[in-house]
Amino acid sequence: MSDIQRVPWWRDRRVVPWLVQGAVGVAILVVIALLLGNLVRNLTAAGLLLTWRWLGQPASFDVAESLIPFDASMPYWRVLVVGLVNSLRAIVVGLVGATVLGTAVGMAAFSGNGLLRRLARVYVEVIRNIPLLLQLLFWYFVVFLALPNSTAALQWPGVVLSKSGLYLAWFADGFQWQGPTLVNDVWRAPLRLSVEFSALITGLITYTGAFVAEVVRGGIAAVPRGQWEAATSLGLHWSATMRTVVLPQALRVIVPGLNSQYISLAKNSALAVAVGYADLYSVSETTLNQTGRALEVFLLLLGAYLLIDLVISVLMNGVNQLVQIRER
Amino acid sequence: MTTSSSPPLLPPRPAPPSARRSWRGALRQELFATPLDGVISVLLLAALLAAGVGFWHWAFRQAQWAVIQANTTLFAVGRYPLLQQWRLWLLVTLAAATIGASWGLLRSHPRADRSGTLWPINDLVAIAVLAFVAAWLPVALKLPVPLQLRWWAITALLLVLRGVSGQWGQLVPRRLLRFLPLLWPALYLFGMVLIAGGLGVPRVPPSEWGGLLLTLLMASFAILLSFPIGIVVALGRRSTLPLLRWSSVLYIEFIRGAPLITLLFLGQNILGYMLPGGWAPDRVWRAAWVLTFFCGAYLAEAVRAGLAAVPVGQLEAARSLGLSVPQALRHVVLPQALRIALPATVGQFISLLQDTTLLSLIGLLDLLGTARTVMANPEFLGKNAEVYLTLAVLFWCCCAALGLGSRALERRLDPSHSPT
Repeated sequence: MSDIQRVPWWRDRRVVPWLVQGAVGVAILVVIALLLGNLVRNLTAAGLLLTWRWLGQPASFDVAESLIPFDASMPYWRVLVVGLVNSLRAIVVGLVGATVLGTAVGMAAFSGNGLLRRLARVYVEVIRNIPLLLQLLFWYFVVFLALPNSTAALQWPGVVLSKSGLYLAWFADGFQWQGPTLVNDVWRAPLRLSVEFSALITGLITYTGAFVAEVVRGGIAAVPRGQWEAATSLGLHWSATMRTVVLPQALRVIVPGLNSQYISLAKNSALAVAVGYADLYSVSETTLNQTGRALEVFLLLLGAYLLIDLVISVLMNGVNQLVQIRER
Repeated sequence: MTTSSSPPLLPPRPAPPSARRSWRGALRQELFATPLDGVISVLLLAALLAAGVGFWHWAFRQAQWAVIQANTTLFAVGRYPLLQQWRLWLLVTLAAATIGASWGLLRSHPRADRSGTLWPINDLVAIAVLAFVAAWLPVALKLPVPLQLRWWAITALLLVLRGVSGQWGQLVPRRLLRFLPLLWPALYLFGMVLIAGGLGVPRVPPSEWGGLLLTLLMASFAILLSFPIGIVVALGRRSTLPLLRWSSVLYIEFIRGAPLITLLFLGQNILGYMLPGGWAPDRVWRAAWVLTFFCGAYLAEAVRAGLAAVPVGQLEAARSLGLSVPQALRHVVLPQALRIALPATVGQFISLLQDTTLLSLIGLLDLLGTARTVMANPEFLGKNAEVYLTLAVLFWCCCAALGLGSRALERRLDPSHSPT
């Protein structure tokens, strides 16, 4: 073979991938080295180089609500844990609520009642096209802060709603069902939710519920019509059809879709800072303002949210394997 | 619970054309098929009626819309210097002219190979809605008369250009029409110069942009720049070269794992340390870049799904015809993948437009940030409902319009609908 016909080395199929990767690798390395170098240099100059010792210093700011005991003399790591627990509380309540609401609305899209069907559609279209932050602010400032005072609180059996919070009946003093009672113009109840928390979860649930409804609707629509017809002609009632025939098949489509909605709910819970709920992001921001430790706070935030996402994904993968139909 | 609306819970099937019922029969079928359905319908109707009456009463009796009417300029452009606002008026006029001309030209040159019409589907309805909104809104907002006249003139310009180019657009040769898409980027770049200054016009620093102007700027900037990022990263993620694949995966998972607010936090508090002194952009631009890279990661996932949906045979066929990999991607694979990814892409753009509201949390005066400063003004204290409702309607209209446009584009690009 003569030299003229030989492929030049820079077009050799064995060389090209290495050339490309080498170029990309060098570019990435240079950028990262530049950024990290600057970061280290600037942080050293500012006296803020990575250290975790400040976590042990007293936080000296208070948190409005906390599930675990906390006061301002406790260290920073403790306040971050308080924020994390508050975040998890909002996420768990939001997940359950959004799933229930979304499933109901998603199934309403197949209702025989035309009005119900259209209302479900309107709900989804209205909610999805309005920013979540705007909705949260609306729930907090327009709905919950405009509630009447304790003396004129809205009352239903077992539920009291006033400007100072949402009071619910729950088990107290050894499994005794106990409702809210008014003592000296102050409501007391086994379960009290602050208005901030109520506004946050109301917003998260109604917002995520619309997305869950779309996932559920898509899942049910993916079940072939013949399945409905076969079940009906076997004499199954609607609820039996739904429970034993349609839902098990729809779940295969629904569960992966739910996973991403759950993760986005978990991330959206960080908007709690807008309504004054002391979630992880909110206490982190205060911590940053007091200590100036931007990098450490960011790394903690990132790690916490990645962990939450991971846990949700692992759980949902488990659920996904449960609902997959085992074929012989 | 919806499970109660009992029997025919089969997905609604379109009625056969012969069985045409009267509206009364239809109403009965839809709302009162069974006693239970009837009860549900009556309850829902009552609730809707009560809500409607209550809202009507609030909106026309109790609500004080002065908070909107007195602050229209603030909501529109924030604290943009008064003496420089002629630049924005010029930009709006140019945009209206471009819209009108493009609209008319596209209508006068219907493409034979595409059956679906572009949005808006019905021109007369679109013109009527536009004219109504343009006539009513300046009056409802109680703008000063000169401003009202300006808006009416701008709308008239749009409609006249639509009419003229629709009527005589065929005189424009098709070769020239090819340059029509270039008009838009040119307008965008010129608009950026007009807004920011430079090239002889005085500079207006980003800290003085605000309101709807800042929201639209941020959203459009991030949308335009995140698109190439998304395509490159999606290709990288599907690449066979491990380094490309793993760096793409790392980027996507890092961005998608963190809430946007923490990334904005990174941009505001840490980015400044990572760049050489003096390189760090202004707070507004930092947020814009964060939004761009944020949106890029999500777009990459949308494009990747589109790429995965294109059969491998397409690439193989293109390669065996002698196209190089970049050529095959550009002419064969990407056009199909991007068409499949279109709904997800537009969905991402819509959510980006909504995500710009988060800028208010880091102290920027976007539409929501401006609104919050307005409500902090003692004169308008407690007017939350009016302001939030207005913003919600505004965002809803923008997002719904994007969604409608996307669906029209989808139909138009759908190869199964084209006559060939």
